[in-house]
Amino acid sequence: MEHIRTPKVEQVKLLDRFSNKSVTGTLHLTATHLIFVESNSTSILHHHIASVEKLSLKTNGCPLLIQCRNFRLVHFVIPRERDCHDIYSSLLRLLRPVSYDELYAFSYNPKQNDQQREEGWQLIDLAAEFERMGVPCDQWQLTDVNREYKVCKTYPRDLYVPIMASKPIIVGSSKFRSKGRFPVLTYFYQEKKAAVCRCSQPLSGFSARCLEDEHMLQAISKANHNSRYIYVMDTRPKLNALANRAAGKGYENEDNYSNIRFQFVGIENIHVMRGSLQKLLEVVGTRSLSMTDYLVGLENSGWLRHIKAIMDAAIFLAKTVTVEGASVLVHCSDGWDRTAQVCALGSLLMDPYYRTIKGFMVLIEKDWISFGHKFADRCDQLDPDPKEVSPIFTQFLECVWQLTEQFPQAFEFSEWFLIQIHEHVHSCQFGNFLGNSQRQREDLQLKERTYSLWAHLLSEKQNYLNPVYSPSFAESHPVLEPSTQAYHFKFWRNMYHQYDRSMHPRQSILKHVLTLKDSNRDSVSSPPKINLHSIHHNAPLLSRKEVQQEEDEEVFGEEAMEDAPAITGGERTVEGSSATENGYGELMGSFGSKNEPGAVTLEFGVARMTC
Amino acid sequence: MEFAELIKTPRVDGVDLHRPFMPTVEGTLCLTGHHLILSSRQDNTEELWLLHANIDSIEKRFVGSLGTIIVKCKDLRVIQLDIPGMEECLNIASSIEALSTLDSVSLMYPFFYRPLFEVIEDGWQLFVPEEAFKDLESMTDEWRLSEVNKDFSVCPSYPSLLTVPKDIDDESLCKAASFRHGGRFPVLSYYHKKNGMVMMRAAQPLTGTNGRRCKEDEKLINATLCAGKRGYIIDTRTIAVAQQAKARGGGFEQEANYPQWRRIHKAIERSNVLQDSLIKLVEACNDQSHSMDRWLSKLEASNWQSNVKEILTTACLAAQCIDREGASVLVHGTEGTDSTLQVTSLAQIILDPACRTIRGFEVLIEREWLQAGHPFQQRCAQSAYSNGKPRSEAPVFLLFLDCVWQILRQFPCSFQFNENLLIMFFEHAYASQFGTFLGNCVAERVKLQLSQKTVSLWSWVNRPQELERFLNPLYEPNNLVIWPSVAPQSLLLWEGVFLRWNRSTKCLDEACQEMVHIIEYNKELQNKVNSLRRQLAQLETEESPLQTP
Repeated sequence: MEHIRTPKVEQVKLLDRFSNKSVTGTLHLTATHLIFVESNSTSILHHHIASVEKLSLKTNGCPLLIQCRNFRLVHFVIPRERDCHDIYSSLLRLLRPVSYDELYAFSYNPKQNDQQREEGWQLIDLAAEFERMGVPCDQWQLTDVNREYKVCKTYPRDLYVPIMASKPIIVGSSKFRSKGRFPVLTYFYQEKKAAVCRCSQPLSGFSARCLEDEHMLQAISKANHNSRYIYVMDTRPKLNALANRAAGKGYENEDNYSNIRFQFVGIENIHVMRGSLQKLLEVVGTRSLSMTDYLVGLENSGWLRHIKAIMDAAIFLAKTVTVEGASVLVHCSDGWDRTAQVCALGSLLMDPYYRTIKGFMVLIEKDWISFGHKFADRCDQLDPDPKEVSPIFTQFLECVWQLTEQFPQAFEFSEWFLIQIHEHVHSCQFGNFLGNSQRQREDLQLKERTYSLWAHLLSEKQNYLNPVYSPSFAESHPVLEPSTQAYHFKFWRNMYHQYDRSMHPRQSILKHVLTLKDSNRDSVSSPPKINLHSIHHNAPLLSRKEVQQEEDEEVFGEEAMEDAPAITGGERTVEGSSATENGYGELMGSFGSKNEPGAVTLEFGVARMTC
Repeated sequence: MEFAELIKTPRVDGVDLHRPFMPTVEGTLCLTGHHLILSSRQDNTEELWLLHANIDSIEKRFVGSLGTIIVKCKDLRVIQLDIPGMEECLNIASSIEALSTLDSVSLMYPFFYRPLFEVIEDGWQLFVPEEAFKDLESMTDEWRLSEVNKDFSVCPSYPSLLTVPKDIDDESLCKAASFRHGGRFPVLSYYHKKNGMVMMRAAQPLTGTNGRRCKEDEKLINATLCAGKRGYIIDTRTIAVAQQAKARGGGFEQEANYPQWRRIHKAIERSNVLQDSLIKLVEACNDQSHSMDRWLSKLEASNWQSNVKEILTTACLAAQCIDREGASVLVHGTEGTDSTLQVTSLAQIILDPACRTIRGFEVLIEREWLQAGHPFQQRCAQSAYSNGKPRSEAPVFLLFLDCVWQILRQFPCSFQFNENLLIMFFEHAYASQFGTFLGNCVAERVKLQLSQKTVSLWSWVNRPQELERFLNPLYEPNNLVIWPSVAPQSLLLWEGVFLRWNRSTKCLDEACQEMVHIIEYNKELQNKVNSLRRQLAQLETEESPLQTP
């Protein structure tokens, strides 16, 4: 590839972020990855790299600092400055692809044939999903008004609206809404026939009104006989909404719309969220961080406050729909960030299906991908505008994680599923999250040219299962009612420190129990064969993955299986048996101090690119 | 004194009991000499039996003739009793106040408690210094058991038998004792079998402002060093605090007099500061109206997590010196009865797999806390709701348990016990029917004749029926040294204690049950497979002669 000047540099040091440890190895630069090889190899996908920084030359070489979107931070020291500069400038070019064609997804080939690829894309079917919710029905119908993306470019083709909403009403309403995003159905709570609808802000300015839009809301209201009202949730802080009025936008005036109950819920905008995450990462990235600085930093970053705000909004939504049986219309400014967060999280609280692996994929596909959350802009996929980047989707994943902490048996998946999805939102390895809208994805012919992440994740479903998941939990808790006491919100260490091994628990209950459960299933489904010749090799309690590992050293399991304790007679190893890694204090001028052997083993939770 | 004198109204009917996350119970309230009892007098409803000793403070409120008493317990629980009748309410309140603040130890419940179970193994015999010394002797002959403190005259807070370097005679011990705060001369705390390094503990040396020295003290600790080796002195105080101590006759080891030792100062807080930290933390946890920012800022302001981090870090440092640097260590703070014990006991949990078993952990508490003279009675007299002037209360032991919990969280498969055991120890240290945590040192316990007059906590815990609750289903013995992470991101708030009464744990408990179920099912299957294998092997051996031609 023309951008790579130096494909290989030897004697490169990889420094640990939090201790003084380092390992020496060889750095390879390929068209798609940066690979560091010592006794184990670490590979970083170029798309994951957020920034590269060349620090000033030191006595032992030239430091290169690489910050990744998956919160990994790598610090190399390259002996010769020229090599460092070559790597640096190559990376600068490589991590800024100028066209979609350059994204990894278009070259990634998992050795599947076209049929398999197609099947992968057919896994998620949103029409079937609306059918599952009970739509179309006597009050809601599919409209073809956006078939050609003429009414709204950022919406999907298929949209569900109240029976009473005629095409002129829809078109009129769309003209009164930012980016044409008129109110449409996103979730239908069958039990009470209550709907969750979403849209963007009205173009009301200080006094403008639109009869079609008013009719639209009335149609939504009339479609639900349970309640005389519909709630309109403006997910922005009131001040922001007020400010928008000056720009001819704004919020619904209760006087103009009959029977609405209007409510602000105060989730901050993308810029505040971006700043907040930045502050959070700065704090937790500090070496020898004191508890005081950590807690003060956590508070000042506002991160958990924002997470709680999103959760509060989703709980309000779920309660209104399930308890009051009222329909709710959710919007923010453009209706693709906060609105997506609140609708998706609210649906997850209301519907146990979304707490399964498949259902969660459907939920993301529906509320995020199809309704046009701007993944390309927010996740910085292509020649980005830094002002558009924001961790909106990350926050959604974190909210789900916070819920898994309160309801350990409610979710079919474990946090590694969430983390893996997060990896791939940024990896650009699969087509699902590329681009900003459904229309753009069609233009890019993603279904023909790339693979679907969902098929990939399902193929390794074993790794993402929550061992204590109980399907019957859904029966006793169809609607989740989480507590929003501040102390229930925790810092998500496994997400933001995924690659900082020294911070993780050295033994993972999750992995341990998952392996046990796996082996339970295996030994029941295939009881030990009575075979005299193979008995000594037949280890029925070994999990599938481990057998594979025994056979083929090259195959490492994905993160959820790494460090998995062997079940039969295997000795459990304890990770991190290294005092120096933890930095308890400097033993200055310590006598007889020996250097730790490099105890770094397989990285924890690495999304390995199987290319 | 008769308890009856203190009980003005022994019984009130129609009392409502409110507890968080539980339905209100209406019933009869009874006061006995040691308990507050509320019974609904119906079969399957739970009764409340609360030890007066568990009551930290009470508040009363009146609305008309309905009185309300808010009872705040040392285990951090807060319950509310609605009592009809103002006089009854006032009587109950003043009785509770009197009964929960009895001064005399011998009036405490353990002296009246008769166990409903048969004591199979007497817990008072759990730790026998002579036997522990035999184990040590099998590994090294450098040490001896000294009876110098037989009548507790050399050091009133030490036990009668102490392990000291073989070459140091009792006379030297006495001289060293006079050079150390409270007579707490350096004694053996832990022997690291792997490399023969040791951890000792003591109190601060009494160098004073004019730099007094004591040859015997120097000789004593130097005797623990191998030839040519150097050791570390871990002073749990900052250098500034240690300097200040000189003015009051204390101090630290001067390099010039202890050339073979390197001194490291850490910053574990003094006990009175810790009490304040606990009060603030519990206050933050109990306030349900906090916004996120306020919660985080109050959590920070309590300093509790900082204390956990500092103690754990110091313990890890001590362990690191021993295991990684191959050096012996002497740990002390001021008195050597608080932060010193936190550090030495935690370091042993890190280093010694035996301490991670239930029995080993009990022995550790017995040896490093009870025998070593941690003043439990003073420290645990009040808990987080004390509103009087603090005397010598401090959650030193609770912080130790919190640190153990942190390590347990990071190594969930390496401990034989679970969180419940730690919580139970916390409860019993503050209020108990057992005599184990009464008194401040061995001398006091002997004088109180606890082993004859009360039941030991260990007698109860070690019964198989009880032990079951405390077993960790994930446990697989792990002989390695376990190094916990002390990064703030790795240390969590101990919800099991501090949020215990403020949240519903139903979902978490059920998930835990499911996990236990999976593990047990796995064991069952494993046994089945093993027995099939055995059968097969048998068949094989029976068949093989037939196959040989």
